Amino acid sequence: MKKLMNLRPSRGTAIFLGLLPFLLIVILYVFASDARLAENPNDKLLPSMHSFVEAIDRMAFTESKRSGENLFVQDTVSSLQRLGLGVFISATLALLMGIPLGLIPYVRSGLSPFVAAFSMVPPMAILPILFIVFGMGEMAKVALIVIGVTPLMVRDLQQRVSEIPAEQLIKAQTLGGSTWTIVVRVILPQMLPRLFDAVRLTLGTAWIFLISAEAIAATEGLGYRIFLVRRYLSMDVILPYVAWITFLAFLFDYLLKKFTYKMFPWYTAGKENK
Amino acid sequence: MSLISIKNLWKEYGENIVLEKLNLEIQEGEFCTLVGPSGCGKSTFLKMILGQETPTRGTFLFEGKPFPQEPSVERGIVFQRYSVFSHLNVLENVMLGIELEKSKFLGKLFGAARKEAQKTAMEMLEAVGLASSAYKYPTELSGGMQQRLSIAQSLVKKPKVLLLDEPFGALDPGISADMHTLILDLWKKNNLTVIMVTHDLHEGFYLGTRLLVFDKVRHDPQAPDRYGAKITYDIPVGDNRKSVYKEIDKSIKREENDNEA
Ligand SMILES: Nc1ncnc2c1ncn2[C@@H]1O[C@H](COP(=O)(O)OP(=O)(O)OP(=O)(O)O)[C@@H](O)[C@H]1O
Ligand SMILES: [Mg+2]
Repeated sequence: MKKLMNLRPSRGTAIFLGLLPFLLIVILYVFASDARLAENPNDKLLPSMHSFVEAIDRMAFTESKRSGENLFVQDTVSSLQRLGLGVFISATLALLMGIPLGLIPYVRSGLSPFVAAFSMVPPMAILPILFIVFGMGEMAKVALIVIGVTPLMVRDLQQRVSEIPAEQLIKAQTLGGSTWTIVVRVILPQMLPRLFDAVRLTLGTAWIFLISAEAIAATEGLGYRIFLVRRYLSMDVILPYVAWITFLAFLFDYLLKKFTYKMFPWYTAGKENK
Repeated sequence: MSLISIKNLWKEYGENIVLEKLNLEIQEGEFCTLVGPSGCGKSTFLKMILGQETPTRGTFLFEGKPFPQEPSVERGIVFQRYSVFSHLNVLENVMLGIELEKSKFLGKLFGAARKEAQKTAMEMLEAVGLASSAYKYPTELSGGMQQRLSIAQSLVKKPKVLLLDEPFGALDPGISADMHTLILDLWKKNNLTVIMVTHDLHEGFYLGTRLLVFDKVRHDPQAPDRYGAKITYDIPVGDNRKSVYKEIDKSIKREENDNEA
């Protein structure tokens, strides 16, 4: 018999083991919910599977009586627009600032203390300012994501740029590169996959800011909906929404990873094969 | 006129005197090897020629003019590691030198110019024996192949002097013998001037045309940084005398033992 640390599950076993905790949670939930509902049929805390199905059908597959629109689709679309725009702006800013900060000593001396100080500002604390400046519209919510996420990405990218071996930068100069052409041909291409990594890493933070902003001021969106129905203790809506958000977060992470592997084969070749 | 002319050159890092009173003339076409105990300033010397470091004092001329104080195309470099670009394949790595020169804004060539650059790069890859790996990425190459690539990258620029800092130090003995043959061959065919730092006295003694030994002549055990290294041997390679080899070997080893103690 091998030691436990040397035993490896087969593929089938691994999949089963991976699903097991999810299955256990569901079973546990069903039991707990049944027990509570048996005692009090009007209990709202742990709705039955049946009420979930009803709620999902109501939110996702029928049009709202009031506006004639599909609330679930509408919420998802608005949230993803905000998230996508916020993350896209942040990533662009990260490239525009991270590369000069990491490469050019003059920029570093001039801006590093500022970026370090700025990244210490708690974004939620300046949310009121954003609402005052940008109004309650889309701008404020996107701005919150940008302000919350950009400093993280900038500092990450700056770090990655400064990790490029000095030998490479000197070699590029002996090959006739100027500061600009070295940025374009050596630094930027090496930073793109690392930028995608940074996006994956900060996506969780971006979701936090998105939902916070929607909870406070919005008229649609996944975060808005959860906080709206909270008033009626509608667990039957909240839980599917949470599961949906989790699934979306997981999906984006997975897609970004696959995309990076496909686009930058040289980047992943050096790492272990996954 | 000498290609490199050095008079009374000092290099210090704060209190630490690394090189003192160096005098040296290097002519075009020479193949100098540089040996010396670890930490005596061989890499520092190479960095000054490269423009990555500046001398503290002294005359330091390249073709009769002061050295450019940053790396440039006249001086090619091959480091022990990390001098190929991991995001470009082998062919693109060699093309880069041509592209950076011809395209000042994008650093990239297209169309006919690109074809031309590909052809030149391919010829260079053939010369270093890498043609069959032209479309591989550096991570797929062995250490010896990466060093061949780094040499090809530099040679495509036709530098006035090629600097090598322990280029074969990390390779297996068998592979580094192949590399010796290659570098000698390239040196002869391309009329290169080469300065190569090595840890291996045997390599230095038999490769090239001239052997330079850096070593500290004076030594203060209380203050090891007080005195810098000088050139203790400057001999033409060719009169390969066993006695000289032993003498140098002993002096370098002594120093290294002192440092460890
Ligand atoms: N940037 C630096 N700042 C301060 N001291 C330095 C710097 N670079 C090198 N030195 C010092 O200069 C001396 C010579 O270093 P150098 O790297 O040139 O030695 P070397 O002969 O190449 O050694 P090795 O054979 O181990 O590569 C060492 O004492 C080192 O500590
Ligand atoms: Mg060295």
